Amino acid sequence: MQEVLKQNIVEKRILAPRDSRKTIGNINVPNPRMVCRNVNVYYGDKQAIRNVSIDIGCNEVLAMIGPSGCGKSTFLRCLNRMNDTIDSCRVTGEILFDGRDIYDPSVDVVPLRAQVGMVFQKPNPFPKSIYENVAWAPKIHGIVESKSDTDEIVESSLQKAGLWEEVKDRLDQPGTGLSGGQQQRLCIARAIAVSPEVILMDEPCSALDPIATAKIEDLIEELRAQYTIAIVTHSMQQASRVSQRTAFFHLGDLIEVGTTETIFTKPSHQLTEDYITGRYG
Amino acid sequence: MDLGTRKILDRSFTAVGITSILLMAAALLVVIVPIFTGGIGAIFFKGTVEHRKLQYNEFGKGDLAVIRQQTEETDIYRNKVYAMLDAFESEMELMEPTEKKKYRSQYTKVRKVLAHLFGPLPGDMEPILLRYQYGTTRWEKAEEALHDLMFVSKWDYSNPDEMAKQYFVPRSDEFAGTALAALFPYMENSLEKMLLPEMTFYWGFITERSLDAHIFGGIWAEIQGTFFLAAGAMLFAFPLGVIAAIYFTEYAKDNIFTSILRSANSTLAGVPSIVFGLFGLAFFINTVKVSESKSVLAGSLTLAIMVLPTIIRAAEEAILAVPKTYKEASLSLGSTKWRTIMTVILPAALPGIITGGIISLGRAAGETAPIIFTAAVSVGATIGIADVLNSPTPALSWNIYNLASEHEAASEIRHVQYGMVLALISIVLLLNLSAILLRARISKKLKG
Ligand SMILES: Nc1ncnc2c1ncn2[C@@H]1O[C@H](COP(=O)(O)OP(=O)(O)OP(=O)(O)O)[C@@H](O)[C@H]1O
Ligand SMILES: [Mg+2]
Repeated sequence: MQEVLKQNIVEKRILAPRDSRKTIGNINVPNPRMVCRNVNVYYGDKQAIRNVSIDIGCNEVLAMIGPSGCGKSTFLRCLNRMNDTIDSCRVTGEILFDGRDIYDPSVDVVPLRAQVGMVFQKPNPFPKSIYENVAWAPKIHGIVESKSDTDEIVESSLQKAGLWEEVKDRLDQPGTGLSGGQQQRLCIARAIAVSPEVILMDEPCSALDPIATAKIEDLIEELRAQYTIAIVTHSMQQASRVSQRTAFFHLGDLIEVGTTETIFTKPSHQLTEDYITGRYG
Repeated sequence: MDLGTRKILDRSFTAVGITSILLMAAALLVVIVPIFTGGIGAIFFKGTVEHRKLQYNEFGKGDLAVIRQQTEETDIYRNKVYAMLDAFESEMELMEPTEKKKYRSQYTKVRKVLAHLFGPLPGDMEPILLRYQYGTTRWEKAEEALHDLMFVSKWDYSNPDEMAKQYFVPRSDEFAGTALAALFPYMENSLEKMLLPEMTFYWGFITERSLDAHIFGGIWAEIQGTFFLAAGAMLFAFPLGVIAAIYFTEYAKDNIFTSILRSANSTLAGVPSIVFGLFGLAFFINTVKVSESKSVLAGSLTLAIMVLPTIIRAAEEAILAVPKTYKEASLSLGSTKWRTIMTVILPAALPGIITGGIISLGRAAGETAPIIFTAAVSVGATIGIADVLNSPTPALSWNIYNLASEHEAASEIRHVQYGMVLALISIVLLLNLSAILLRARISKKLKG
């Protein structure tokens, strides 16, 4: 009984509202695609993101790292308003996409999500054929009109995702029948088929083996030329390999931002150092 | 718990499990086998020439030349019987009144059985009811009638400590020494020649209407009525149920109103069907007046209300079982909520939704209570699709009950009852089977 009480007190202290901690490092970039200012996210009464401000530049890969439960996914899902699907979730602050506040009531989330695509932690192809998986979104957005348009977009998307050679002979087979790594690349192909400007990736390699991971990392490197990418990852190596800038989150706060090189070689904050050297989390 | 105890427990669970499954299978067998054999008997049986006459006269089926020829053939033997009757009647004319009285009732019984076997006897009035216009159409019924003719049943009350026992004495004893005595051996030897039984495949049992309250004819009106009622119920309940399920799973917020709706739905699923029957009468017929009185429409609506909760439940579960990742994938590609529901969630939930629908269809086809007051009549003509708005209809479920409990000649038409039960069971089983197959096919298509 005593112990339970004690535990409750401890939990209360952790959950109690507190001020956000200041972010170390330069949050600004010269040519921002997305600008986030003072973003707070609440699940019911519980605050998951505290006063986070950060820019995401054009043609850069921003890596988000941090211990489990620190709010990386939550923050990522704010960027294309996927959090709208969670009833209890509330977002305050400003998130500008090409200068326009995406949380403005006049904004239609449907085209927004076409512009800010997303790849999930677990590969989630539709239970349709490989072809249909890629062609589905361009069709509903009216990007393609004829069959040949569709064929073209399917081929180019699969090619960009590095999957074309492996599946070109079996496009009519179900996407769910591919291997995990192929499925994830299929999901990437599906996301880029609608020509988004930003691609959000939430631990895209966590379910994959090293070879598949390497393929996806190469792919991210290639995609950077055309797209802006924000990627959440638990792998320090991955973050250092694919990203130009890195953001470190801790318990809902954005602790430190900087070029990937700086963060991994000369982190300024003690927590960041602990985390990347593996003393934490 | 040590290993020995665990093993004993495992074994006893297995034993009890297997026993209960075997018991269930045995019970099923005990029910199904007689239904099957009895029901098949409505279609395959030894039909007499009377059956063929009836088929020709009422449905225009059969070969007239053959029937004429067979009638002539049988008439030769029957006429001998009629001649014996004539002879006995003239003999009776000459008897003393007391003696005459002694024979009178027995003779009436003989005539009755003969009329049952051959149709109206010479000198009888032309009967009005169809059942008296023809003789016995089924050979096994003819054999029963022959037994009635040959023997008088008596009861033995001699021992007051035991139940009275039935025993039979030959009827010919009663007529010993009269002109009628020769009738009995003659009937026994020549009955086949008087009726010409042939193995008959009476497909019309399924496709023809009934004649004279199911004494003759088939059950098409009932099958069709059942079909109209069940299909009508689904027409209302299926779309409504799926829409309600979509509302519950995708749109409803978690609040008091929703939980009231949910529990109302669960409660509705548990309400006995007779209550729905009364509700249908009170609401659809008396209050809303969808029809003057019983009608297929009112029955369908009542059945629809009855199966609605089940459909909602099944559809809700099927939708909830669709992986959330599909929905997220679709939304993240910039698809609208509506399109996500229509093109991603519903297709993936379809197998479950359809299974629920078909099982409900089977239930709607089989229920009796909801249609008693709203749609069913015991005997009626086959109705057309245009009559569903204001005509009642016979239906399998209700007529099974009616023929077994309220029909004036229930024991004479066991084969029709069995036939109806078999038809109903077949329909329901077929529906369930198609649900399983459809489900397997769609799931396979989804998985690839
Ligand atoms: N749908 C939700 N409802 C309520 N709380 C949530 C919900 N999703 C996340 N949270 C809470 O918000 C906080 C941040 O979660 P989030 O998923 O963003 O963490 P994360 O950094 O992505 O962790 P991980 O690395 O394990 O994926 C956690 O405390 C979590 O419990
Ligand atoms: Mg996460």
